[in-house]
Amino acid sequence: MQGGAVITAEAMKSCDREPVVSQMPGEAIPEGQRSDGRYCVVNKPVPRVDAYEKVTGRAKYAADIYFPNMLYGKVLRSRYSHARILSVDTSAAEAMPGVYCVLTAKDLPGEQSWSTYLFLAGDEVRYTGDAIAMVAAETPQIAEEAIRAIKVEYEPLPGVYSIEEALAEGALQVQDYAPGNIVRNTHWPVRKGNVEEGFAKSDVIIEREYRTQYIEHAYIEPEAAVVVPNPVDGSVTVYGSLQNPFMTRRAVAVALGTQIGKVHVIQQTLGGSFGGKEEVMGLMCGRAAVMAVKTGRPVKMVNTREESFLESAKRHPFRLRYKVGATRDGKIQAFEAELVDEGGAYNSQAQFMNWRACVHTTGCYEIPNVKVDVYAVHTNKVYGGAMRGYSSPQVIFGQESLMDELAEALGMDPVELRLKNAFRPGSVTATGHKLEGQSVPLVDLIKRVLDETDFFAVRERYRKEREEAAQSTGAPEGRLRKGIGLAASFRGCGLGAESPDATGAFVAVMDDGSVLIRSGLTDNGQGLSTAHAQIVAEELGVKIEDIVYQRVDTSSIPDGGMTVASRGTFTGGRAMLGAAREVKKALFEVAARMLECDPEDLTSAEGIIFVKGDPSRSITFKEVANRAFWSGREVSKLFWFIPPDLPWDRPTGQGPAFPTYAYACVVAEVQVDMETGAVDVLKVTAGHDVGMAINPALAKGQIYGGIAMGMGMAIMEEVEFSDGDILNPNFDEYIIPTSMDVPEAKPILYESDDPVGPFRAKSLGEGAMECVAAAIANAVADATGRRIRELPLNLERVLLGKSLKRGKGGASK
Amino acid sequence: MDTGSREIEVNLTVNGKKVTVTCPANTRLLDLLRDYLHLTGTKEGCGIGECGACTVIMDGKAVNSCLVLAGSADGSEIITIEGMEKDGKLHPIQEAFVRNNAIQCGFCTPGMVMSAKALLDANPDPTEEEIKIGISGNLCRCTGYKQIVDAIKEAAEVLRRRTA
Repeated sequence: MQGGAVITAEAMKSCDREPVVSQMPGEAIPEGQRSDGRYCVVNKPVPRVDAYEKVTGRAKYAADIYFPNMLYGKVLRSRYSHARILSVDTSAAEAMPGVYCVLTAKDLPGEQSWSTYLFLAGDEVRYTGDAIAMVAAETPQIAEEAIRAIKVEYEPLPGVYSIEEALAEGALQVQDYAPGNIVRNTHWPVRKGNVEEGFAKSDVIIEREYRTQYIEHAYIEPEAAVVVPNPVDGSVTVYGSLQNPFMTRRAVAVALGTQIGKVHVIQQTLGGSFGGKEEVMGLMCGRAAVMAVKTGRPVKMVNTREESFLESAKRHPFRLRYKVGATRDGKIQAFEAELVDEGGAYNSQAQFMNWRACVHTTGCYEIPNVKVDVYAVHTNKVYGGAMRGYSSPQVIFGQESLMDELAEALGMDPVELRLKNAFRPGSVTATGHKLEGQSVPLVDLIKRVLDETDFFAVRERYRKEREEAAQSTGAPEGRLRKGIGLAASFRGCGLGAESPDATGAFVAVMDDGSVLIRSGLTDNGQGLSTAHAQIVAEELGVKIEDIVYQRVDTSSIPDGGMTVASRGTFTGGRAMLGAAREVKKALFEVAARMLECDPEDLTSAEGIIFVKGDPSRSITFKEVANRAFWSGREVSKLFWFIPPDLPWDRPTGQGPAFPTYAYACVVAEVQVDMETGAVDVLKVTAGHDVGMAINPALAKGQIYGGIAMGMGMAIMEEVEFSDGDILNPNFDEYIIPTSMDVPEAKPILYESDDPVGPFRAKSLGEGAMECVAAAIANAVADATGRRIRELPLNLERVLLGKSLKRGKGGASK
Repeated sequence: MDTGSREIEVNLTVNGKKVTVTCPANTRLLDLLRDYLHLTGTKEGCGIGECGACTVIMDGKAVNSCLVLAGSADGSEIITIEGMEKDGKLHPIQEAFVRNNAIQCGFCTPGMVMSAKALLDANPDPTEEEIKIGISGNLCRCTGYKQIVDAIKEAAEVLRRRTA
């Protein structure tokens, strides 16, 4: 018997733990198993593992990196949203002291474009973010002066600036390869039942159109990268503000015309991304790499906020057209939709986000007859990309507004309409997916949120207040009207049938008992490193302080896909769990020999391995780790997680789209000033089916942040254009919520028994914002009695019912 | 040549240490801190004084260091995020940020902590509304501000107990 190990009461409790809590796909969870008190590390609000470095200012973001002999890169962007480039004269810039290279498209060593986006445009520019030349110089000031010294002769061309213009007969074609301006591969149909029969059965049929706007990610850290060349082997090392280091690696290899393995990408602490630091970072790193190799010196590039607005992806605006029919009893019989999103000049995302859109078009409701068509169009505007929620916040705004309007047409309570049609266990989705073998707690979740908000009583109170105010004409209280609204959603967890959802994780136990973990997925600020550390600590039975997390380094872990689709915990966590399990098995074999027992009899908690039911027979994790190492055991594992295949029939849009779904229900309360149109969001209550929260404090952080971002989408934010020019490229005119704007926020972490994710966790990051704008829009309609079918609900839309924004070519008609 | 490239000498106290920096006249305090002193905890988010990521304390007041010319900070006393931790111990505001999960991506955090310090130095017992006003010049895209406000509330209590 080994001595010295002290077991705490907490660890004692975990003697009772069943190993089945860390199930892998396909393994069943016993009925009634709950998380309460069962875990030592997961499901606890432990502080973030990166909190100290961030709160002290020590964390190194990409712009914080300096190398000796470093040059600064800058880019010349187009003056026009569509023009032919007749000539570029770089001679004056090249002659400037302190300028080390000035490059145009003809100087690129590799490909000119990556995934449709241009490192440098040659003959033609298609939006104002297109780069024409780039410069590396001794200081940022010299680089800027050199950029100004480059002379470009343009022939301005007419452009396409809205969905309508793009689809018009004989419209100018933005990209040669996209006839009719339809973005390649973006048409996703869904065909279920027969909508004509469904409409014939319906007593009430309504048709509506809704629109959403261009939105900026507005991460507070502008894009930054430093590329260091290695003159020995021609390789480069890239340090960047990257959401997807492997995607960036591919872009840099393409730009240099070199092998992928020669590009070593290291993710720096990331100052927010929300889907944004993808394409723009591939372009920035590719350009910096070309200049670094050309000059043989490290090259740093940091975008100004204005540059970030010009060239970074935006949330795709959608035009959402619906026809929906229901019988008098509120059963929805048929749902037909045409969703068109504006993809901008280049696009490699709409094909994926439109697939997600087609799966979620009809919302969290069982509808027998469905016909959906989704596609994207090119315009001469900044390209659309991924942004938190992908297409869902837009789609849910339209579809959940439609539910309220259908309820009104039926003379039915919108809550009753939702509950009547809501998914239940065994329901069949629009894509023909029967919801079995997974948790479907939607109805109970909606009821829980209704209870928490006292929804019906509050709605009645607001209605009475409005009526009384209306009677006392001229009284000031008639100015301010309160309203309450609800929205519900379901969200496929992970990538589903969209693309391969496999990923890897590396767990290595050191001989001092510490544990190094690496993922191919990134911590963007959401806290993935903490969630992964908790999962591994729980499984191994060590303390969270024993886990050492290192950020993504493309030469130290295989490409595990992108950190998107809220898959970091849901998918990445399963890989972590798999690796931890294998390491634990090896360690328990060693421990069993030391404690003279069977490995099956062992369990572990808080850094102590002990015999189940007899904690006096124990040994420290550290001793076992040390013995394992010195006896040549393999105590590090790279685990590759591959989820089961999900077949998809593209022509009909039928198939099991995702392994499981997370449900949400959000209630918003607003006050509208009827004289100014100002909407004040008073309170948002957000109920989320999290499966189980790996870290409740971080999960709540996601929800608070999602509420703020959703509120920005609902009432404040819109990238404004004059033709293709962005008119509000900084935070003085592009307004995002401040501490004074955000509503009282109430998160509800709803647990459900789902067998798919690690420790039953479902996706949350994107779901946390996707319902918010829809709930606010429904609350505004409740308050004002007027339905506004276009976001954002800013002063003029609420007051006048239309947009007065500058320029033309936006969503407004 | 424009006046911006004329070199000037700036003497100032940063986190209790006297420093002298020679830089072009158009250098911003933000650049002086980051590029000359490598105090990179102070961040640039917008360059026009809207986001507050570059907030430092200058002679007791929170300022956007992107809007202060280095020359006009001559003779000033500056506190940056690097000056908050004393003898390896976090400032109570920092501790409260950690405890309350008031940090996500962390890019706004240094500026947010400095605004909180300026607020609590001037008003040790702020209401929730006053806290929100105190950080209204600091944009955060991740947290929705709730846990930040909670953290500042808690830090105020801790600091009050300490001085009581």
